[in-house]
Amino acid sequence: MRSNWEFETPVLGRIGKDAPRAEVVAFLQRAGTELRRRDPIMIDHAGNGHIGGDFSIADILLTLLLHELNVDPADPLAADRDRLILSKGHTAGALYIAMALGGWFPPEDLMTFMDPGSKLNGHPNRRYVAGVEANTGPLGHGFPIAVGSALAAQMDGSSRRTVVLLGDGEMQEGSNWEAMMAASHFGLENLTAVVDRNRLQQGAAVADTMSLEPLADKGRAFGFTVHEIDAHDHDAILDVFAAGPSEGRPTLVIAHSHKGHPISFMSDNVAWHHHVPSPEEIDAILAELDELAAPAGREDSK
Amino acid sequence: MTELFDCRDTYAATLLDLAQTDRDVVVVVNDSVGSSKLGGFRKELPDQMVNVGIAEQNMVGVAAGLANGGKVPFVSAAGCFLSARAMEQVKADLAYSGHHVVLAAQSPGVAYGGLGATHHSIEDVSWMRTLPGMTVLVPADPAETEQALRWAVGHDGPVYVRISRAKVPAVHPDDYAFAPGKATVLREGDDVALLANGTVLHRALAAADLLAERGIAARVVSMGSVKPIDVDVVVAAARETRGLVTVEEGLAAGGLGGAVAEVLTEHAPARLVRLGLPDTFAPTGSDAWILDHFGLDPEGIAASAATLVE
Repeated sequence: MRSNWEFETPVLGRIGKDAPRAEVVAFLQRAGTELRRRDPIMIDHAGNGHIGGDFSIADILLTLLLHELNVDPADPLAADRDRLILSKGHTAGALYIAMALGGWFPPEDLMTFMDPGSKLNGHPNRRYVAGVEANTGPLGHGFPIAVGSALAAQMDGSSRRTVVLLGDGEMQEGSNWEAMMAASHFGLENLTAVVDRNRLQQGAAVADTMSLEPLADKGRAFGFTVHEIDAHDHDAILDVFAAGPSEGRPTLVIAHSHKGHPISFMSDNVAWHHHVPSPEEIDAILAELDELAAPAGREDSK
Repeated sequence: MTELFDCRDTYAATLLDLAQTDRDVVVVVNDSVGSSKLGGFRKELPDQMVNVGIAEQNMVGVAAGLANGGKVPFVSAAGCFLSARAMEQVKADLAYSGHHVVLAAQSPGVAYGGLGATHHSIEDVSWMRTLPGMTVLVPADPAETEQALRWAVGHDGPVYVRISRAKVPAVHPDDYAFAPGKATVLREGDDVALLANGTVLHRALAAADLLAERGIAARVVSMGSVKPIDVDVVVAAARETRGLVTVEEGLAAGGLGGAVAEVLTEHAPARLVRLGLPDTFAPTGSDAWILDHFGLDPEGIAASAATLVE
């Protein structure tokens, strides 16, 4: 059964800003499928991981790394690169696959996830992987780091952008609200915070644990320009980043997502926060992904 | 009358000079401009100061992000809040991340005396010393403070340095040269060795005078670099004297006393008395009174040292 999993993850590289929208969307959809195919197998290998959040953040992560941001896998530490800070560091698996798809490191390295001595630690480490920006994992760390990064760019008159990806449960950490005050106070229009609003945290719904609503109002009250999008709609993701910043104000994107998207038995199911899928479940995930990726009408042409 | 100095003045002047020389040097504060004596810096270089307000977690995270963006941040805040409130940020965002950020802990130890133990920072050296990659410096006077800061600005890694408001005399000679991991023998003597740093180094020197009156020759060693520690100087003191006394403004457990005990146990077992705060929070009183209370007055230090030669 496991022999079915012996497929290669391709190096897709990045797709430029000048590419037609339809090509960009097709590229990112393929990348999303490849990420979700590799992720459960990496987690099976490691015996550990956060598949639900990997799947909910995947499309935004891929859009930023493989298209939107000014980053270069061949020069991962270029001084004026845009900074992508994955504050929800427990979804390192998604980050690593996105980076491998983009060409930051060879895809075969992915199957060392959490191995002894591997550079692919269970949470990202900037000293192990060039292009990882912050050693996150404890929640509530990425937003302040992003504020500092954006401030440095502002001080230097640099046009580089900083994007921080946060979990919605993570917004329960007070340090995020300290950072939001600061981002607004300093007028960091070069900073975008994206909240992966999958509505679930480790053990229960966010709303049942410590509710965030009204999150958009809170963002506006803290001085952010707030957008709400469907986190799995590529056109919506591309549009929100193409819109650019509001003058003198940081941007908050509330990205409505589904933990485990788009797999029928994972989506919106809190049990999949850090469930390690069984071989049978992996087969089912791969089968659903194949089905979803199949060109329309394939069934008819059989 | 011996002239006394507030090392915060040295800190502010040195930082201003460093920041004027290199425009990437910035200071990050938590409303701690006055308590860090950085009013002049704010006036001269407002664009190189980031005041995050009273928010220590954000303060240290912002410093990490500034370092990611090519800046050399000095975080300047009261030691009690900088160390304790932001400890996970110090661990993950600075030490684990390997960022070059200088944590300039203002008025640590019991410098805030009567304000009480919430405002004392007696644990900071112990905590910081356990973080992999962290350098821990406790300078004793203006010369050592300036040199430690000038070294730290060029060191690629996190540094914790104590800067106190407590008035201290100059104790280092004119040709003093600070280096991390290097202790300096300020006074020779082969009966006992007093190893001290920070605001109490001058108390150890005064204790050596008292001991000399009793015919006991005390070696006095300046231990401004707690991590890395000068193993050779500690081992030499163990082998060439009848015992060691560590003297510090803070918990002896895990602090300089702890560091010296580790060196002795591994390399040269010897008798050791660790002076500092014992396993207790300090009672109310001025900083000088608290230090005297715990036996860190010259007479108390001398008495502890004398037990080693009896």
